[in-house]
Amino acid sequence: MPSGSKEEWTRETLGPAIGRYPERQEKFVTDSGLDIQPLYAPEDLAGNGREYHRDVGYPGEYPYTRGVQPNSYRGRMWTMRQYSGYSTAEETNRRFRYLLEQGQTGLSVAFDLPTQIGYDSDHPRALGETGKVGVPICSLEDMEVLFQGIPLDRVSTSMTINATASILLCLYIAAAKKQGVGQDKISGTIQNDILKEYIARGTYAYPPRPSMRLVVDVFKYCAESVPRWNTISVSGYHMREAGATAVQELAFTFANAIAYVEAAIGAGLPVDEFAPRVSFFFVAQNNLFEEVAKFRAARRMWAKIMKERFGAQDSRSMMLRFHTQTAGVSLTAQQPDNNLIRCTVQALAAVLGGSQSLHVNSRDEALALPTEESAQLSLRTQQILAFESGAADVVDPLGGSYYVESLTNQLEDAAFKYLERIEEMGGTVDAIEQGFQMREIGESAYQHRREVEAGDRTIVGVNQYVTGEPPFEGLLQLDPEAAQKQIQGVQRLRKERDDSQVQAALKRLTVVAQGSDNTVPAILECVESYCTLGEISQVFRDVFGEQEQMASF
Amino acid sequence: MTQSRNPIRVLVAKPGLDGHDRGAKVIARALRDSGMEVIYTGIRQTPQMIVQAAIQEDVDVLGMSILSGAHLEILPGIMDLLREEGLSDIVVIVGGIIPESDRQPLLNLGISGVFGPGTSTGAIAEFIEAKIEERGVR
Repeated sequence: MPSGSKEEWTRETLGPAIGRYPERQEKFVTDSGLDIQPLYAPEDLAGNGREYHRDVGYPGEYPYTRGVQPNSYRGRMWTMRQYSGYSTAEETNRRFRYLLEQGQTGLSVAFDLPTQIGYDSDHPRALGETGKVGVPICSLEDMEVLFQGIPLDRVSTSMTINATASILLCLYIAAAKKQGVGQDKISGTIQNDILKEYIARGTYAYPPRPSMRLVVDVFKYCAESVPRWNTISVSGYHMREAGATAVQELAFTFANAIAYVEAAIGAGLPVDEFAPRVSFFFVAQNNLFEEVAKFRAARRMWAKIMKERFGAQDSRSMMLRFHTQTAGVSLTAQQPDNNLIRCTVQALAAVLGGSQSLHVNSRDEALALPTEESAQLSLRTQQILAFESGAADVVDPLGGSYYVESLTNQLEDAAFKYLERIEEMGGTVDAIEQGFQMREIGESAYQHRREVEAGDRTIVGVNQYVTGEPPFEGLLQLDPEAAQKQIQGVQRLRKERDDSQVQAALKRLTVVAQGSDNTVPAILECVESYCTLGEISQVFRDVFGEQEQMASF
Repeated sequence: MTQSRNPIRVLVAKPGLDGHDRGAKVIARALRDSGMEVIYTGIRQTPQMIVQAAIQEDVDVLGMSILSGAHLEILPGIMDLLREEGLSDIVVIVGGIIPESDRQPLLNLGISGVFGPGTSTGAIAEFIEAKIEERGVR
């Protein structure tokens, strides 16, 4: 007789089977430590007080659990954007054009650390860092070279830039203008998510509170003048990479997002004027189903937060649109070709989760920046998923899976609980100042490491199935002369430009920074006068102060 | 046996501008759990800051983590400064994203150990203990 319920099946069929053959682990958990039952059934969906039409619903409709577009990738494929940048603007421009020729559909700029932190390439603190993890951009000259021959009215560009986000946005606007493309025609994203930099990634420059003003200034300016620009990409990615679980990734990301929305409303912006341009960025990690559930939970959480908490009326304010990158931290230096498989599974999670855009990491990135060949393979991974796997031909393919729906509910509940704890501490900025998120992430990272070293977590090629192997050949070699060329370039620019114009623009920016007017128009004037990024950033350092390091572990 | 002695003192530092300190913090915790006394500097430390901290904290070991690829430019200056300050007996180890071809040049600077991705924390602790024993500096 077949079982009439999951309970009966557990008792009559599963129990005796486990009695004869014990399971291979005592306990099964997701990456976030959520318990996994052997099987999910209709009974599991009835729990948690949820109801299909209200909580899952249909794509393109509140609460957007199944997607923000009614027909998902059947209409428009996700944007394939490989994060790139190294050596010089010239070299990076070459890589951009190569990727576009290979079928990439958007650009994603990696800036070097001095650019991200607000130092010119010849600053003493930039020693050794110029052109290493991204492209150095000191001035409008570099920006023009970066996008030479790339029509900025037709290609959208994502820029991973935070402390100096508004400066890079202005450089982009100015470079587009030089191409004859108005700021109303450009499209793209700046990360502009400074809060997570204090928590995980570390490219802050000024203290949190004045930095929040710079973020909101961008919201305001773009709402008026750059309508197709995503003014922020609130990022869970880096916190997860630093060790957070999927639950923490959701909770900390939304805590930060809430802080930005509150800051913008506090500055007098009506919520529906800026919220439709708020976007998000998550990781796709190895645990396929938990990741898909995470993306679905994220959409539902954001819709609820915007509607219920902030009273948004415009449905676009409630739609969570996001970029995904596969997990850098999961890449291994051992048996590097295995990374191709990891990246494929992770990218599939992003696709099944309905990501609007995607970067797939490369097999050699545990050791260096990707070579052209590796980057091409990453793009091909995306294209195979898009056009061969069939995963893009139906909306939310895992919707209705008892397991995935259950995980979606569990992740949402756990993340909202975490969010409450942060609220109780006074919100994200207070929690950051108390070191809360950093401690939580540090705990999770260490826990993860101990599980790996105890053999409780398998990493193929690292703690299991280990083989002796020769060192990986053919890593990307950066031009050793590149940094010197870049430094000479910025020093020549300082001699050639009209210095009185530069000084006047910097002075006006100082006055604006000291007052309360929007800083963006003043920055735009600076970049068009060929002030350097370092000079502009120094104005803010002088007015706002420099953020001190926090060093607990 | 090390039990009878004072615990080994380790400074974990992040030179350069790289903010990725998951690895540095995990190593710091693991070394502490293995019985060492560990001080972590935080990110974005200049060579002067690192060497000053090493002097002030009177450490036996300096462990530095660099993931940005700036190791060949940044580390020689730090090693020079350690020598100038008469701290050549400090055991210096480095970890991060360091290609195999850069390993020997780093060892030539006087760095004792270079650890790439995937190294177990236990292996690093053992390495430190063996080096300290070998140098007989304590």
